[in-house]
Amino acid sequence: MGKISSWDWETGQKTVVDSLSPLEGHGWQEEPYVSPDGETVAAIVQVGEGEFSIRTNNTVWENTFEKIWYPRFSPDGRLTAICQQDMEWVLAVDGEPLGETTDYIWDTMFSEDGSAISTMYKSMERYGMCLNGEPWEELYENVTTPALSKDGVHTAGVAQVESMGAADLDAFKRGVYTVVIDGKPWTTRFLNAWGPSFNDAGDKVAVQARVTVYENTIAVNDKPWAQTFNQVWEPTFSPIDDSVAAPVRQSGKWGVARDGALIWEPRYQQCLELTHSRDGKKLWAIVSPEYGLFTAACDNAPWEQTFPTVTDLVVSPDGMRAGVLASTYSTDFHIVVDGTPWPDTYDMVWPVVFSEDSKNVAAMVEKNGKRRILVNGKPFERDFDQAWPPVFSEDGTKVLIRAIENNSYVRIVAEVAQF
Amino acid sequence: MTEFYALVTGPLAWVAFGIFIIGLVYRFVSMLALAKAKDGSSLAYMSWFYGIRSILVWMIPFKSMGWKSDPLATVTTFVFHIGFLLVAVFLNAHVVLWDTNFGISIPSLPTYVGDIVSFVVIATCAVFAYRRFALPQVKSVTKCQDWFALILVVLPFITGVLAYHQVGPVLLMTTLHVIFAEILLALIPFTRLSHALFVLFTRAYMGSEFGGVRNANDW
Amino acid sequence: MSHIADRIISDVGLESGVASLTPEKIEAVVTRVLKGETGAKLKVYKETCMRCGLCSQGCHFYMSHDQDPSYSPVSKATETMYELIDKKGKVSPERIYQMAQIAFTECNLCKRCAHYCPVGIDIAYVMITVRRICYLLDVVPQYIRDTAHSHSSTMNQMWVKDDEWIDSLQWQEDEARDEFPGLRIPLDKEGADVYYSVIGPEPKFRTQLIYQAAAIMNAAGIDWTMPSHPGWDNSDMCMYVGDWENMGRIKRAHYESAMKLRCKRIVMGECGHAFRSIYDMGNRWLGYKEMPIPVIHAIQFYWELIQDGKIKITHKYEKPVTIQDPCNIIRGRGLMDKLRDVVHFLCDEVVEMTPNREHNYCCCAGGGVINCGPPFKNTRMTGNRVKAEQLKNTGVKDIVIPCHNCHGGIEDIIGYYDLGMHGHFIGDIIYELMEKPEV
Ligand code: SF4
Ligand code: SF4
Ligand code: SF4
Repeated sequence: MGKISSWDWETGQKTVVDSLSPLEGHGWQEEPYVSPDGETVAAIVQVGEGEFSIRTNNTVWENTFEKIWYPRFSPDGRLTAICQQDMEWVLAVDGEPLGETTDYIWDTMFSEDGSAISTMYKSMERYGMCLNGEPWEELYENVTTPALSKDGVHTAGVAQVESMGAADLDAFKRGVYTVVIDGKPWTTRFLNAWGPSFNDAGDKVAVQARVTVYENTIAVNDKPWAQTFNQVWEPTFSPIDDSVAAPVRQSGKWGVARDGALIWEPRYQQCLELTHSRDGKKLWAIVSPEYGLFTAACDNAPWEQTFPTVTDLVVSPDGMRAGVLASTYSTDFHIVVDGTPWPDTYDMVWPVVFSEDSKNVAAMVEKNGKRRILVNGKPFERDFDQAWPPVFSEDGTKVLIRAIENNSYVRIVAEVAQF
Repeated sequence: MTEFYALVTGPLAWVAFGIFIIGLVYRFVSMLALAKAKDGSSLAYMSWFYGIRSILVWMIPFKSMGWKSDPLATVTTFVFHIGFLLVAVFLNAHVVLWDTNFGISIPSLPTYVGDIVSFVVIATCAVFAYRRFALPQVKSVTKCQDWFALILVVLPFITGVLAYHQVGPVLLMTTLHVIFAEILLALIPFTRLSHALFVLFTRAYMGSEFGGVRNANDW
Repeated sequence: MSHIADRIISDVGLESGVASLTPEKIEAVVTRVLKGETGAKLKVYKETCMRCGLCSQGCHFYMSHDQDPSYSPVSKATETMYELIDKKGKVSPERIYQMAQIAFTECNLCKRCAHYCPVGIDIAYVMITVRRICYLLDVVPQYIRDTAHSHSSTMNQMWVKDDEWIDSLQWQEDEARDEFPGLRIPLDKEGADVYYSVIGPEPKFRTQLIYQAAAIMNAAGIDWTMPSHPGWDNSDMCMYVGDWENMGRIKRAHYESAMKLRCKRIVMGECGHAFRSIYDMGNRWLGYKEMPIPVIHAIQFYWELIQDGKIKITHKYEKPVTIQDPCNIIRGRGLMDKLRDVVHFLCDEVVEMTPNREHNYCCCAGGGVINCGPPFKNTRMTGNRVKAEQLKNTGVKDIVIPCHNCHGGIEDIIGYYDLGMHGHFIGDIIYELMEKPEV
């Protein structure tokens, strides 16, 4: 996280781009994206008939492409986009192609520090992943649910490793899917597998696996748990000992199992977004203690107050606090931190962010078409036409606001005390 | 015989009423507990408004598609249920019973009306039986339980009418009447006749789902 | 009166499933479902059903087969679930085959019979529970089973690969730009007002529907987006095979796909069963009392656009039309008036079918029956003569059908009964009539 401290944290406001109106000669300009440090705003622009490029602040990439989509900033501030040239696709990083062109690429992902970039990759109707421009050596009939390890060294996905005829039920039931890591498949076949995820070190992978038509479980490093369940959701590695926990459904109720053994007896109507705290000592989740009502729970202890819909659990760095987004079926959104909703309801809300010391919480919300930045429930002095989620300075005393007002893109550093 | 009659109208009657009431309560409570344990995703949609609306609408003859589709069944069903309740509650012999045993006094039907209604109820049961015999869509799904329920219901009426019209030994007929009525009462909670209780909930539930979730009429 | 045993249809999925059944397995699964999954609702239904047969005339199968009682709703329940309960699951594998054929192909789960049953028995619930048992017994018609496998493997109904989806959108965008310069199908646009979702067959076979939707969104100036990630498919055959676990999984993917993009609501194309899966079935399995994010059916969306004056048409559709009321949208969600408002706005003359609105007859394709594939096409054709008569009696040639399955089903019926009619999506008509830029 050293990066953040190198940004400009001087309190005050600066107008990065005066006018966001399309530059001269541009047919149209698409929706803006901003860099993590807030110094750059970017948008796809149509520079000519069937010719596209990307505008960054007031300059435009030199290269043009037939098509561009999925512009994304990496955590280290590089701008990537998926570009088509001569009917072939490539990932452009700051305007330059990364690796060879191919039939198709999609789903750009970044390592934690942004140094590694992966995409999905297709060539000659064969599928795989591409890491820093290098495709897997072996490609497959299909690959889904890709993952990149935090350190950016390993990639994983679920691959179809055997062909299936049309409506071939037998092949499906035998299992034609497995997990592929860095292009190499596991030996165990599954009827289905979903969402491989890495441990922090990147040397272990856990996946949701359908092991018989009616049984689901978690498989870790090619080995399914001995216990099976009615359904399972995304597994998570413990940072302490690499044990794996996952929400599991048994007899119609959800609980949590660790390495196959129940640690939260199934008693919930639902259990989602299971999350280990950074030190691995706490286990958080979104749970539904009663039909139709949701809340967050820490170590199997749900918060008192429940809501019809709860999503986007964020656990504080110290693991003791958490924030979620609660709503009445996606209307009248609340931000709920530590079990208590902040005052006021909103038309839309974004996941909360904690400061590194876990003391402060910030979030972006939308009300009446205006974006608002809140810290600890208190709004910034004014609303914006458009904004991006706030970022705390490393010491947690300041907040970076990236926003658009009056057609200008502005970058504001505000003291937490200002809120 | 008279002692037997006394037994039947005395302790046995209390037993029958007891089983009836306790049976209904038991069935209701245990069913509710089961629903709470297993049907949470249905129970949550129960609505007083839509539930009662549905019950009331279906109490109007020829209102729903179902009632329109089979006029004979509709008329029979309405007449039977109204007749059954009239006789069971308001027949003068029964009104006396309510008064002496429970101290509740309610108006009673004129004797001849009670008599006619009883005949009508028997006639409707005959129609029900006819449907079970003759209509393929009813016959094909009719089981012993359905006949049993029908017989259970009609016997007290037949014996009652016979007793009233003094066909056969009056005391015997009256005793039989009371016994059959008691059997009926006691078995209501445990046979198809339990619909007397559950129909309120199935109807209310369907009404709630249609009204609350489907935004459409359930009739 | 016929019997299911006399009309057994050969199907690979059913046959292979039944071949590996043993009485013990049947008993175990039935017991497990009855003890573990069902509760008071089913118990009360079975006990309270008076076997009065009043539901019979509610069912198009019964009406189309000259009132053959073996097609009446209560008979279907009696021959399947009620027997399983009575016999505590002690039935033969052959019997399971018959039950599966009834549950999967002779009931569209359309709930029309609900308007006929005085007691309020939900036969569709009973039948879908039978399907659940058959699913757990591995006895499921081949084609729909394969579709469910596609759902669980790709999160869409048609084995569409992740890139093929994006590619079809980009292709449609390209095509549409020739006609509507500057048109966009914005991918993954965070915070858009509308997240537009479709069913699996659209990128595969009916791309013109995506094209038309884009044209309408564009013309109406809607802030909209479509996702590039799986979750874009709102359809759900897992629901209809009784695979609740994967129904939950794909519905979760769908809702979350829109919620993660911070969209205000999902607008879905003209589909009936997908709508049901979203407002009624999938949400419940996931524990949401309502949809966790509002999902608006195309009918309602068009209706709003018309109210707001955002759809401009050059003229009205001149030929008289009739309206198919899709069960899952009308009886299932009460959009009958909005549907009529929209059609009357677009068309000069509307000739109603009788019965209509929430009392409409199902198209007989619904409930996954059309997805059971060619072996059961005849079941749908003979099973819906009443729909053919209904259509014919309107005397018109054009039918507005705002549901994918109804489309397939009614087109088949039109062919089989030689009605010489044509089905249209509302989107087809809007697209045809809308003001277009001159290029
Ligand atoms: S097809 Fe429709 S009317 Fe017929 S039994 Fe099934 S739900 Fe009822
Ligand atoms: S109408 Fe209702 S109660 Fe009568 S037979 Fe049909 S399902 Fe049973
Ligand atoms: S396909 Fe259409 S008519 Fe048929 S069940 Fe679905 S919604 Fe009903």
